[in-house]
Amino acid sequence: MGYDFDFTAISNNAGLLLHGAGLTLLLAAIAATIGVALSIGGAATILWGHRWARRAVQTYVEVIRNTPFIVQLFFIFFGLPSLGVRIPAVTAAALAMTINLTAYGIEIVRAGIGSVSPGQREAGLSLGISPVSVFIFVVLPQAIATVYPALVSQIVITMLESAVVSQIAVSDLTHAADLIQSRTYRAFETYFVVAVMYLAMALTLRWALNRAGRQLFAGKA
Amino acid sequence: MPLPPDAATPMIEMRHVNKWYGDFQVLKDISLSVSKGERVVICGPSGSGKSTAIRCINRLEQHQQGQIFVEGVELTDKVKNIEHVRREVGMVFQQFNLVPHLTILDNLTLAPRRVRKQSRKEAEARAMQYLERVKIAEQAHKYPSQLSGGQQQRVAIARSLCMEPHILLFDEPTSALDPEMIKEVLDVMVSLAEDHMTMICVTHEMGFARTVADKIVFMDHGQIIEMAPPQEFFTAPRNPRTQLFLSQVLSH
Amino acid sequence: MVELSLTQIVPFLLLAARWTLLLSAIAFVGGGVGATLLLLWRYGAPRVGGRATSLFIQLFQGTPLLLQLFLVFFGLPMIGIDVTPLMAAGVALTLYASAFLAEIWRGCVDSIPRGQWDASDSLGMTFLIQMRYVILPQSLRIAIPPTVGFLVQLLKSTALASIVGFNELTRSGQIVANATFQPFIVYGLVALIYFAMCYPLTVGSRVLERRLRTAR
Repeated sequence: MGYDFDFTAISNNAGLLLHGAGLTLLLAAIAATIGVALSIGGAATILWGHRWARRAVQTYVEVIRNTPFIVQLFFIFFGLPSLGVRIPAVTAAALAMTINLTAYGIEIVRAGIGSVSPGQREAGLSLGISPVSVFIFVVLPQAIATVYPALVSQIVITMLESAVVSQIAVSDLTHAADLIQSRTYRAFETYFVVAVMYLAMALTLRWALNRAGRQLFAGKA
Repeated sequence: MPLPPDAATPMIEMRHVNKWYGDFQVLKDISLSVSKGERVVICGPSGSGKSTAIRCINRLEQHQQGQIFVEGVELTDKVKNIEHVRREVGMVFQQFNLVPHLTILDNLTLAPRRVRKQSRKEAEARAMQYLERVKIAEQAHKYPSQLSGGQQQRVAIARSLCMEPHILLFDEPTSALDPEMIKEVLDVMVSLAEDHMTMICVTHEMGFARTVADKIVFMDHGQIIEMAPPQEFFTAPRNPRTQLFLSQVLSH
Repeated sequence: MVELSLTQIVPFLLLAARWTLLLSAIAFVGGGVGATLLLLWRYGAPRVGGRATSLFIQLFQGTPLLLQLFLVFFGLPMIGIDVTPLMAAGVALTLYASAFLAEIWRGCVDSIPRGQWDASDSLGMTFLIQMRYVILPQSLRIAIPPTVGFLVQLLKSTALASIVGFNELTRSGQIVANATFQPFIVYGLVALIYFAMCYPLTVGSRVLERRLRTAR
C-alpha cells in the first residue's frame, strides 16, 4: 500500500480479469441484440399501436429512464423472488441490462423513424405494398442508418453501466477486480487497471460497431 | 361491392368530394370523371388543392365528404378496397422517393415481389423491360444517389409501371428537376400517353398539356373552375380566373 | 426479520432521499464550476486546453462511474486524505459531472456561429470579455434543456454512492429490504421516490426544449 504501487498482483490474476471482461462483453452483446430488436418493436408500438399498448410502452420508457439502473437491478434480482420468480444473478443482470437499454433505444429508434421523409412511406404505399412491409423494407433501414451512432453510444453506455452488476455477485470484470483487491489489498492498482480495461473495451466496441455500420450502410444514403 | 367494369363505367369517378384540414377546406365539391385511356391534366396555382385531389384517389389523403370510385370500387376505410386500388393505381411523386438503400433493380422489383408475389427472376425480367422502356437499363445495378434527378424520375416511372397499373397519377413530376432534365421525363410521359395509358397529371408544363391531354382541369382555391379539351382551354378560356392564370403561366 | 409498516418505511426512505438531493446538488454545482474551468481552458488555449479537456472528457465518459468512485475512494487515502463516503462520492461525482457538462456545454458554445467570435474579435474584445458578454449569454439559452436533462442523470448516479457506504436512498433501501425481507415493496418504493425526483426534471427539460425551438 502507500506510494509504492505494486502491479504484480494484477498480472498474477490476468486470467480472472479476462474471464470477467468476457462476461461483461457477453452481457453487453445480449442486451444489445435483444434490446435493439425490442426497441424497434417498442418504437413501432408508440407510433402506430393501440392506445393502451402505446401508453404501456411510454410508461415503461419513462419509469426506466427516471430511475437508477442499480435500483432496477435490485428490484429484479431481490424483488422478483418474493413473488415466487427466482432467477440466477447472471440472468437478472442480462434482463436488467436489456430492459434498461430498450427504454433508451425506443426513443432513439423513434427519432430515427421520424427523420425518414414521409415521401418514402407514401411511395411504398402507393405501390400497393402493405404498411407493415413498407415499414420493414423501406422506412426502418433508413431510420436505423440515421440513428446508428446514437445506438452505438447507448450500447457502450450500457456496457459501462454493467459494472454495477458486480454488486449481485455476477462474475463480470468489476467483480473480478473486487476479488483481486480483497485478496491483495491493492485496491487502487487493481481498479486502475480495470478502469483502463473498460476504457479499452469501450473504445474497441465503439470502433468495431461503427466499422460494421459503415459496411452495412456504405454509400447507399 | 365493386361494380363490374364496362365501357360505360369510368376508370375514376369523383363525386362531390369535400376535404378539410381542420377548419380549412382544401377541396370544395370536386366532381371529376376519367375514362379508360383518357389523359387528364390538372393545373392551377399553388395551394389550389390539385395535389390533394389526386392523393385522395390512392388514399394517401382521406376525403371527408363525397365519393371516389376507382374502376367501380369505392374508396372507403375498408383496407381491402384501399389495397386493391393501390395495386391498380400508380403514382409518380415530385420528389421521386426512390428507396435509397436498394439498387435501381431492387427498387423496381420490391413491390411486384412483395405484393404480386412474383419470383425474383420474373420480377427482374419485367423490371429490365421497363428500364429499357424509359431508356435507363444500364443503370440497373446502381443506387439512386448515383443518378441524376431526371434519371431518378424515369426510374420512378418505371417502378410504377412494374406493377402494371391501369391508371397512373403524376404529382408535379418535373417540378423538382433542373430545366435541362425536364425534357427526358416529359418524353417518357408523352410516350406513355401515346400508348393510351389512363393518366391524371398535375403539372405546370403547359406544352405537355397541349400536346397530349384529352382534357384539362383548372383548379383554384380547392374548386374546379374550368374543364375543357386543350384547344378550347388554351384559345377560349371562359372563366376570368382561368384567363388570369393562363396569362401568368404562358408568358414565358 | 423486522416487522415494519409502510408508515415507518416511507419516512425513513424519504429522509434518506435528502442525502441523495444533497449529493446531487454538490456534484451539480461542483461539476458546473469544473466544466466552466474546462471550457475556459479549451477556448482560451485551444491547442493545449482543447486536447487536455478532450482527454479528460473521454476518460470520464469511457470508464464506468463505479470505478471512478472506487479510484477516488481508495486513492485519496493514499495521498494522506482521510475520506468519508460522502467526500469520495462528492469528489468522484463532481469530476464526472465536470466532464459531462463540459461536453454538453461545448456543443452549445460550438453551435454559436463563427461570426459572433469574429465580430467581437474585430471590436478588440479580449477572450474573457467575449465569453462573458457575447458567447456565454447566447449559449446559456441553448444549454439549459440538456443541462436539466443531465441533472436527472446525476440524480440517478448518486445511487452508486451506496456502494461505498454513503447512506443515501438506495443504501437505506437495501438496509430496510434486508431487515424486513420485503425487497419487492421496498425497492419498489425506492424506485418510486427516485421517479418522483427525476420525472419533473425530465418533463421540465422537454418543456424548455420546446420553448427554445419555438422561440428561435
